[in-house]
Amino acid sequence: MIEVQHLYKSFDDRDILIDINMVFRDGQTNLIIGQSGSGKTVLIKNIVGLFTPTKGKVLYDGRDFVTMNKRERVMLRREMGMIFQSAALFDSMTVLENVMFPLDMFSDMNQVDRVKRARFCLERVNLKGAEDKMPGEISGGMQKRVAIARAIALNPKYLFCDEPNSGLDPKTSLVIDELISGITHEYGMTTIINTHDMNSVLGIGESILYICDGHKEWEGSKDEIMSATNEKLNSFIFASDLLRKVKEENRPPSPL
Amino acid sequence: MFVIKWLAAYGRYLQLMGRVMSLPERWRMFMRQYVREMGSLGVDSIGIVLLISFFIGAVICIQIKLNIQSPWMPTFTTGYTTREIMLLEFSSSIMCLILAGKVGSNIASEIGTMRVTQQIDALEIMGVNSASFLILPKVIGMMTMIPFLVVFSIVAGFIGAYATAIAGIITPEDLTVGLLHSFNSWYVWTSIIKSIFFAFIISSVASYYGYFVEGGSFDVGKASTNAVVSSSMLILFSDIFLTSMLA
Repeated sequence: MIEVQHLYKSFDDRDILIDINMVFRDGQTNLIIGQSGSGKTVLIKNIVGLFTPTKGKVLYDGRDFVTMNKRERVMLRREMGMIFQSAALFDSMTVLENVMFPLDMFSDMNQVDRVKRARFCLERVNLKGAEDKMPGEISGGMQKRVAIARAIALNPKYLFCDEPNSGLDPKTSLVIDELISGITHEYGMTTIINTHDMNSVLGIGESILYICDGHKEWEGSKDEIMSATNEKLNSFIFASDLLRKVKEENRPPSPL
Repeated sequence: MFVIKWLAAYGRYLQLMGRVMSLPERWRMFMRQYVREMGSLGVDSIGIVLLISFFIGAVICIQIKLNIQSPWMPTFTTGYTTREIMLLEFSSSIMCLILAGKVGSNIASEIGTMRVTQQIDALEIMGVNSASFLILPKVIGMMTMIPFLVVFSIVAGFIGAYATAIAGIITPEDLTVGLLHSFNSWYVWTSIIKSIFFAFIISSVASYYGYFVEGGSFDVGKASTNAVVSSSMLILFSDIFLTSMLA
């Protein structure tokens, strides 16, 4: 479980995050949604420690990441996996080498076991046969799947995804969503996904945090989001014509 | 304002070097990276070093013969002067200035691209000391390979000088006498020691500019240019101190 308590983040006196409180639970997909520039990425970067919060706590199963010493941080980071918006694969390495990288760095397995584990992770994301390809030779969707395989190679307890569907077509996005959700339930990980893709929200949003202008505006699940009364949330999710029509069609008939 | 900016950059550079100079987390991975860097920074530069040194050696020989040599001077003057120029300055300082352009821009753009495509963030998230993992093998690899490049450059320069002898500009005998006249082997060591310092400057300064890139491809290009300019300036300044210390 990851808990964020009274988190603030400012850059040059500009407040980006203001008093964010949230609990991200184990074994479920926790989504952070919001418009571009609302502070989603800054929040996830504060949680994973790429930024240091101006104020507040980030608790990993009760351990405060902000006040940890360097060594404790390094140890905790080995329990994390992250999928970046750009996949962030090492472009000088093959697909297999990318997935093997965390194993090479941190596991005590021998070479044969490391290769076996990396191949297993690639099979888990349906990428058998792509081992020897370079990242530049595969599609965006495949790159995201390699990033997922690399992120799960060390069996992390916490998985972070920063806009995993950005730049992907709806069908591939669905595949990525299903993969992340499946892996989360299979391994009981605490997964946090940053997204503004409403298909992801309605598909895998077991717990959703809506951020607007750096403030926490709403918290709920995919079943509650369509009937939410928060104005800012509604203007965000019903910005799309399609969802507006769906809502109008599902509205109960007027008693008059 | 400029001084404060410069001091801030210097402080950041020292902090980065503090992170770089730590023991590798996995020696196996370090060695793999180290061998790769020796190949890409050193072995891949052999061609350009040989080519430039050959022609510069030939041109120095021709210039000295045509402009300095006179009946009043000993016949070995051309060979002697060619040797001193190649040994004392060209094969260490000037060759490193050329390598600052080739290798420095390569390092800055490689690390800078890794920064803007979040590959460095990915390393940090995994708990890897990205500064040490990426920069240390480049610095050590470059410092390992540079003495070989200096020796290759000296030899190629002399071969270039002999090529002018084949063309009839100077006799091979006069050139040989000149090249051997009052030879002091310490000059070779001076050249190698200087080049090792320059190799550190090229690799660490270029890595610094690449590591702290912010933005996109335009900024990577800018960092690459700044890396070449700064490391060239530092090579020129430190050459004055090193030359007076080692003379």
